Amino acid sequence: MSYFFQQSLNALQLGSIYALIALGYTMVYGILRMINFAHGDLFMVGAFFCFLAATVLHFPFLPTLLVSMAGVAFLGVIIERLAYKPLRQAPRVSAVITALGVGIFLENLILAIDPYPKHVPLLIGNTTWDLLGVSVSSLQVLIIALSLGLMLMLDFIVRRTMVGIAMRAISWDKTIVPLMGVPVNLVISITFALGAGLGAAAGTMYGLAYPVIDPYMGIMVGWKAFISAVVGGIGNIRGAMIGGFILGTVEILVVAYFPSTYKDFVSFALLLVLLIYRPYGILGKPQTQKI
Amino acid sequence: MKRFLIFILFLSLCFASCRKFEENTISVGVVAEITGDMPAVGASCTNAAKMAVKEANDAGGFVFDGKKYSVKLFIEDNAGKADQSASAAQKLIAQNNVVAIVGPNASRYAIPASEIAESSKVVLITPWSTNPKTTLDARTNKPKQYVFRACFIDPFQGKVLAKFAFEQLKTQKAAVLYDVASEYNKGIAEIFRDTFNQIGGQLVAFESYTTNDKDFSAQLTKIKRSSPDILFLPNYYSEVPLQVQQAHRLGLNVPVLGSDSWGSPELLTLCGGDCEGYYFSTHYSPESATPEAKKFIQNYQAMYGKAPDDVAALTYDSFGLLWTAMKNAKGPDRVSIRDALAKLSGYNGVTGTMQFKEGSGDPIKSCVIVQVKEGKFSFFANANP
Repeated sequence: MSYFFQQSLNALQLGSIYALIALGYTMVYGILRMINFAHGDLFMVGAFFCFLAATVLHFPFLPTLLVSMAGVAFLGVIIERLAYKPLRQAPRVSAVITALGVGIFLENLILAIDPYPKHVPLLIGNTTWDLLGVSVSSLQVLIIALSLGLMLMLDFIVRRTMVGIAMRAISWDKTIVPLMGVPVNLVISITFALGAGLGAAAGTMYGLAYPVIDPYMGIMVGWKAFISAVVGGIGNIRGAMIGGFILGTVEILVVAYFPSTYKDFVSFALLLVLLIYRPYGILGKPQTQKI
Repeated sequence: MKRFLIFILFLSLCFASCRKFEENTISVGVVAEITGDMPAVGASCTNAAKMAVKEANDAGGFVFDGKKYSVKLFIEDNAGKADQSASAAQKLIAQNNVVAIVGPNASRYAIPASEIAESSKVVLITPWSTNPKTTLDARTNKPKQYVFRACFIDPFQGKVLAKFAFEQLKTQKAAVLYDVASEYNKGIAEIFRDTFNQIGGQLVAFESYTTNDKDFSAQLTKIKRSSPDILFLPNYYSEVPLQVQQAHRLGLNVPVLGSDSWGSPELLTLCGGDCEGYYFSTHYSPESATPEAKKFIQNYQAMYGKAPDDVAALTYDSFGLLWTAMKNAKGPDRVSIRDALAKLSGYNGVTGTMQFKEGSGDPIKSCVIVQVKEGKFSFFANANP
């Protein structure tokens, strides 16, 4: 039984990181109807900012997290202004290709600066407790708690504040909302900043939990987070959170009870089956096209 | 018009100088992992290659039919990709007209590059690729004619490590965690499993992951449940620190054993103190060095300001093998060099004495077991199966 709880805890840790990154995909999609494939690489840049703040500036944990989040949020806004805004009226495929290009650009930028994998120092004391045969580390608790906290905060912003209302309004109807006096560009920038900032938070925590970081680390994790967003219903914020936890749980439990060689094969087959029965994701709603 | 004239002048100068240069040079290529997931390997390989070429040229180059030849080195990056390894080899062969290629180092890149070299009939010596398939033709299961290596092969390493774990460390129950998507890791893990079971040990867990995974908690939890005495991680230096740290966090504190892919000083930086006391098999240890090796270590240190790792030593030996073959060869052409290399006997290199097995590109040599001790690699034992 302790085996099951240990694996569930592992799943919770992995799932919360997927969920945080998935939020970035889902927010941008909700507003611009575009998939920001550079998001996985923003997550990677977040981990590198965390590394820089921790090793060069010798910051403790909280300032490191904030520096990384602020830096990547700023980067996200810049990327939107320079790369995506000119394409806002272009076909969505062009914007997606641009996003892929931005991602490759970020990877190679870091590669060109320094291709070596980096070791992120442990910023907080890590103790491991033994609870009835389950090893719980303080880092694990921090990651799960912080992710849940950030998700609740985002949920609050989107549901209760003016900015959140504006975001949802733009997502609802992009042509009418500017006529009501809503500063669309500003709201889009804020969306990118929030999404990228959460990605950076995930990057920082990922860097602490898996302390070897490299410029390619965002690709696979980014794909998995994107899949989480789709499973949860892309465009839906609570859906992205649920999707992240589902993917993390499936991945861990498949390894726990099947030969580990089957990991990706079984977990993705399960997700395919889920999408066959719920093509819009768990919380997604079918979109009706107005003619 | 003036600009055009200058351009023509420049072109003609270039052609003149190029022609003059080409008459007396032999081109040799290197394909290395300069960017990608193991840049430390690529850096060591290119460093040692530049040093070996410089030494050969300083010593007067090579003489064929009374004409003196100097060596020109072409370095290509494979970016840590299998397809780019093949195209880099292709470029060196077709465009730079090299007589021989050294590299790539990791098996997953060396195998595709070796296919190109074999079909183009150009000698390829891989310093560090230990997978048997590198020198074996997949279709005929016969040794490739133009592919050689300077290191031992995985079956040898897997056997040595299984025996070491069972006989010297006296462990009965072993667990393995390996990358199922990488030829090297998979090959060595399977041989370890088979040998360990055969000599009377018990393999309690055999778990896998795929390249670029960073979370091993599920596999390690599973391994912990099987309560092994020893954990075998035949994985690359950039992944091992994560696996070891996660094992510790899950309360799995058994000795860990690794293979030659651990042998980069980067492992120590990335591990922090987590790899202390663990063992791995490798190609050479500076502490048990022969006079040839000591000279190489000194020169390398003087040139690059750091101690050479095993990739540097093996790259240097690959060039040593190539230089010896070129001295013995009838002419500066690809076929003569290949024939001379295959006939080579008792070459005394930095990583020990080697000789190619009859009709094969695999050398006969021994390996060393190294222990991580006080944040350094220290010699533990010599090992033969």
